[in-house]
Amino acid sequence: MSSEKIYVFKIFERIWHWSQASLIIFMLITGFEVHGSYTLFGFAKAVSLHTIAAWTLIGLWVFAIFWHITTGEWKQYIPTMDKVVAMIKFYSVGIFNDAPHPFKATQLKKHNPLQRLAYIGVLLFIGPLLWLTGWFYLFYGVWQAWGIDKFLSLEWVAFFHTAGAFMMLAFLIAHVYLTTAGHTPTSHIKAMITGWEEV
Amino acid sequence: MFSKLKITLYTLVAGATMAALTAYAAQVSAPAQTAAPATAPAAVKSTSTADHSKFKELQKTFNSAPEVTKACLICHTEAAKQVQKTKHWTWEFTNPDTQQKLGKKHIINNFCTATKSNEKFCSACHVGYGWENDKFDFKAEQNVDCVVCHESTGTYRKIPGLSGHPTYKDMEFPAHSGKIVKAPNLSKVAQSVGKTSRANCGACHFYGGGGDAVKHGDLDSTLKDPLKYLDVHMDKKGLNFSCGTCHMTTGHEVPGSRYAPTVTPGSQELVAPHMRGKVDNSNPASCQSCHGNKPHPATMAKLNEHTDKIACQTCHIPEFARGQATKMSWDWSTAGQLTPEGKPITKKDSGGHNSYDSKKGDFTWEDHVIPEYIWFNGKVNYTLRETKLDPSQVIKINSFEGSPTDGKSMIWPVKVFRGKQPFDTVSNTLLVPHTFGKDDSAYWSNFDWEKSLAAGMKAANAPYSGKHGFVETEMSWPITHMVAPKGDALTCAQCHDANTGGRLKNVKGIYMPGRGDNNKWLDMIGWSVALLTLIGVLIHGAGRIYTHRKG
Repeated sequence: MSSEKIYVFKIFERIWHWSQASLIIFMLITGFEVHGSYTLFGFAKAVSLHTIAAWTLIGLWVFAIFWHITTGEWKQYIPTMDKVVAMIKFYSVGIFNDAPHPFKATQLKKHNPLQRLAYIGVLLFIGPLLWLTGWFYLFYGVWQAWGIDKFLSLEWVAFFHTAGAFMMLAFLIAHVYLTTAGHTPTSHIKAMITGWEEV
Repeated sequence: MFSKLKITLYTLVAGATMAALTAYAAQVSAPAQTAAPATAPAAVKSTSTADHSKFKELQKTFNSAPEVTKACLICHTEAAKQVQKTKHWTWEFTNPDTQQKLGKKHIINNFCTATKSNEKFCSACHVGYGWENDKFDFKAEQNVDCVVCHESTGTYRKIPGLSGHPTYKDMEFPAHSGKIVKAPNLSKVAQSVGKTSRANCGACHFYGGGGDAVKHGDLDSTLKDPLKYLDVHMDKKGLNFSCGTCHMTTGHEVPGSRYAPTVTPGSQELVAPHMRGKVDNSNPASCQSCHGNKPHPATMAKLNEHTDKIACQTCHIPEFARGQATKMSWDWSTAGQLTPEGKPITKKDSGGHNSYDSKKGDFTWEDHVIPEYIWFNGKVNYTLRETKLDPSQVIKINSFEGSPTDGKSMIWPVKVFRGKQPFDTVSNTLLVPHTFGKDDSAYWSNFDWEKSLAAGMKAANAPYSGKHGFVETEMSWPITHMVAPKGDALTCAQCHDANTGGRLKNVKGIYMPGRGDNNKWLDMIGWSVALLTLIGVLIHGAGRIYTHRKG
């Protein structure tokens, strides 16, 4: 294993990542309570906590979007098919035989091609699905005033919001596990904490 | 290797916990339930410019109640004319929506059933004197009873059986009860008049259906001097509202109706509260007319989003009959059991309430009753005397129209009163029994249904086949009085309850988060995907650990 290190995650990115992670986990916990899956905080509290977390996350995203645009870091998420097959081979075979990781992170390319695909999916599909349905949910009281009550039903808004939540949950599980699938089991995690990744 | 994985997990759990704690701390503190400091009520003192005890016209001996009315009309020249236009006098109401002819004169309910042929008894709650049969003069002004609504001595009482009159000499009532009702001093009664109090309205409305708390469930004698717990507005030591504070009356026309209730006062638009005195035909006797339709503070904004679908009463009157038990059912079919000597009997239940009376049948009583909840748009259809019915079904004496999609309905709490009552098994229509009277056909004196029903139907000028049975009926009463203090209002989880379905579990056509309305297929697929992902990564991880150890 090489001990070469590069600085991949800047301080803003790391704060963004961990606060977003916490908020998403918290929203899954409170959201599924509102959904009726279990009782933890009590319905009323779960609703208000979920709502507060939602607005906090929206605030965080405003900063994150601004940061990505101004720094040009958004380019990190442009999908590529280059080395995708190699990555799949590594996860399905190579990782069990100590084969070398096929992707070397650089400051210009910090995500491997599978990460890019997964994150773009989260950013462009799961995220917007949750945001859009979540906003409709939040503003249910003014549907009539906006004249959209004829086209929407709370039942379907809730359906797609919940569907998004399940996708986010599945992503979260896979994502947490794959943090151990870097050059060393902890190299990704260390990178997200310290900013420095072993490559 | 394994410990490194563990560290990963700990990190994530710690992150999540931190977030949870931060968000928890940041959340807006739960709505304070402390009541606003009640301003000490000033002793209720009349602010009227007239002291009726100083009026010469009233300083005399009155031999009968109509004489008192004549004295009133010397000054209040238009009063009787006004009263004679109202339901209180005509006992008639034509529903503008359905054109059904309603009112006590016409409907058959499932309490005492019908007034026809029983007027002598029933007119104890008629705002007049002398109605005992069809020959009653509805034009005679001295027949209007002014004092029942305006006197304040508390001694004036119209006795059932006296055709709306008070007793003019001390009498035993109810018969054979050993209780003596004193004749009121009509001169004192007349001199005591003033604004109508809770006790005045309550003299009839608390005792509807034949006794205290029988009929409504949200109106009974405990509202005479209620504590805050029972009625936040009428609280004797607090706001001390009279009935008229909400039922703001003009020219003796009292707003508010159960025949054509106002169920969505301004809920469809952003209304300003009803303006007192403004001629806009809106009903001042609604919550919204004072509170508007966004009554909750900004910290509880989510509640304001409920006001387009949920009547205020649904949350703010969490139970009815909170002062004393109300009658919940009445089975006429068991009436008529007599002792071997032929005497009627009465029984009491463990709570001390009448559970059986030979005259009336079996009763049940309940207090602190959780209402039933329905979609209601204000349209009420009655099963009238001439309405054909299907005796295999439970007959709805009144059916409340409403649906989740008509844009006009709200979820309302109702008391549903159930019973069995006589019907004509040949023509399949409800029957009018002749119950009260010292004659040979009144049921309460003779306990003979055939004679009673024949006499009742004859008085109603309606055909009767001579064959009767008993049909199951139910009647709904919208719950709107006895508004609880806000601290006692329903909490979110009392409806949003996935385990039991909550208070509104029978209310269909609406998606409620946390009520178990969620799509079960989505849940199954969603949890399966999450679980399979978890199993997948665990197997993958185990494989890595295994091959590394081996390698």
